[in-house]
Amino acid sequence: MSTPIIHMENIKKHYGNVIALNGVTFDVRAGECHCLLGDNGAGKSTFIKTMSGVHKPTEGSITFEGKALSFNSPRDAMEAGIATVFQDLAMIPLMSVTRNFFMGREPTKGRGLLKRFDIDTANEITMTEMRKMGINLRGPDQAVGTLSGGERQTVAIARAVHFGAKVLILDEPTSALGVRQTANVLATINRVRAQGVGVVFISHNVRHAMAVGDRFTVLNRGQTLGTATRGDINAAQLQDLMAGGQEMAELEGSLGGTI
Amino acid sequence: MPTDTLTRADERIKSESVVAKLMKRPELGAIGGVVLVTIFFMITADHTMFTLSGVMNFMTPAAQLGILGIAAALLMIGGEFDLSIGSMVAFAGMIFGVFVVNVGMPLIIAIPLTLGIAAALGATNGMVVLRTGLPSFIVTLAGLFVLRGAALVGLKLFTGGSTQLRGIREAVEGDFLAPIFSGDAFGFLMRWLAEAGIVDSFKSGVPKVPGIPVEIIWFVAFAAIATYVLLRTPIGNWIFATGGDSLAAENSGVPVRRVKISLFMLTAMAAALVAIITVIDAGSTDARRGFMKEFEAIIAAVIGGCLLTGGYGSAIGAFFGAIIFGMVTIGLTYTRFDQDWFQVFLGAMLLLAVIFNNVIRRRVTGER
Repeated sequence: MSTPIIHMENIKKHYGNVIALNGVTFDVRAGECHCLLGDNGAGKSTFIKTMSGVHKPTEGSITFEGKALSFNSPRDAMEAGIATVFQDLAMIPLMSVTRNFFMGREPTKGRGLLKRFDIDTANEITMTEMRKMGINLRGPDQAVGTLSGGERQTVAIARAVHFGAKVLILDEPTSALGVRQTANVLATINRVRAQGVGVVFISHNVRHAMAVGDRFTVLNRGQTLGTATRGDINAAQLQDLMAGGQEMAELEGSLGGTI
Repeated sequence: MPTDTLTRADERIKSESVVAKLMKRPELGAIGGVVLVTIFFMITADHTMFTLSGVMNFMTPAAQLGILGIAAALLMIGGEFDLSIGSMVAFAGMIFGVFVVNVGMPLIIAIPLTLGIAAALGATNGMVVLRTGLPSFIVTLAGLFVLRGAALVGLKLFTGGSTQLRGIREAVEGDFLAPIFSGDAFGFLMRWLAEAGIVDSFKSGVPKVPGIPVEIIWFVAFAAIATYVLLRTPIGNWIFATGGDSLAAENSGVPVRRVKISLFMLTAMAAALVAIITVIDAGSTDARRGFMKEFEAIIAAVIGGCLLTGGYGSAIGAFFGAIIFGMVTIGLTYTRFDQDWFQVFLGAMLLLAVIFNNVIRRRVTGER
């Protein structure tokens, strides 16, 4: 495969005397889905916040499209082409899909005092983009609150892709969804990947990760335990790595191997 | 989702009727209210209420309240309250009076200065709310007392102990800006209409309504501009987003802090504008000016469809909300009812509007 779009080398992040990340190496290539797996508290959130420009790493280097880079704000990262879809989705239920889609980045027409929100263009783009993702809206003025969780996730992903994301970070997109909606979101990830976007899929659900992932990196106690390619590793091994091996084996014994 | 939905319409989406679509407009309640109140007074009130002079009679207080109400509505959609606007009317009236009477400033300096000071105080309100993270309700409640007290102290200081400052009309007489902020506009139109026999006139040929009170012009213009900004500009989208979920808005690149502070400045300036208009009109200012107006403005906004939680509402709704207000306050004098029923009506209307808005919100978001 091609060279990575973004490469993060030996990232460390300390909060006072707490070491949240202690040497994480991670990269994403165009058109792949790289899964970042880890249990709660493993440092997944801190890591993606570093990647999306919310935090600056204490140590380590970020290379974006071959150049060393440091983001000062989430806006910098967004402009470079790193879009993050957080769990809260940054969606406002009372607003229409169109208004949400273009929130903060409204297309305008006219000049000076007559500069205005080009609502027709915005509506049209929203409808087309949503259709591409397989969602038929009743109308572009439909409130986001009427959409299901999976559909909202898809709107958020479509929005990020429309605004030119090269790297799309998805923070546990399937954690609160039902079976069918999870399938929809995984299908969306598949579509986005096919368009050449590098997807970072954060999850603690191994089965969801196995369904779409090309590569898997496991994070445990602030460190990467290595990266595996699809086919080199199975679900049980991933699960073991995530939980730190040993304790999981004990737990699994007592639960009769059901996890 | 199966790929065939790309071409096939979803069978679970029912087409919506026009009525259902209308039900989702935030200003629906206020328009319905205007219709109901009109019918009520058509039946109970003296017919002079709906002559041109009668309409001007109730539109004037409606306009004075409406300018505040529209600003309050925008701020409420942006997710904040301002309880200090009533006191701001008194305070701005006081400083404006001092500027023109005691200092002898011409309006071209006094008006921008008054608006500027009000804007600065509004920005302070906004900054305190953002900095402390406290609810704006409590921060501006402090402002309600501080500004009212300051207006009283200021008046006594500059008048040598009186709570009323007189001589404002004389001071602004002949100023070239005065016609924009006081008296009646379109006098020539009224005279022409009277000559043509379209509007009523006295025997001398002078029209019974000498013109449209300027506050009504300000009110209509403000409502139109606010509605346009809200629905058709990026700033409007930012206001909705800020009130809907400020964190989500911030993450999407909306300048939330700037939006909120600007809205606080706008409400304060709206209060100052009302102060200037009413003070010139009355020729004097006193410490009770604008008393309770903060609540009436919020009620007008709520009747206009604004949710107390922010993120939803309309400026045109507040426009109609204020008209309902004006019709009822003045309209009762045309009937044989006791005028003090007004307060009862006010409370009932507020409660009804809030319940109604809640239902609408559920419909919009599809909650059941």
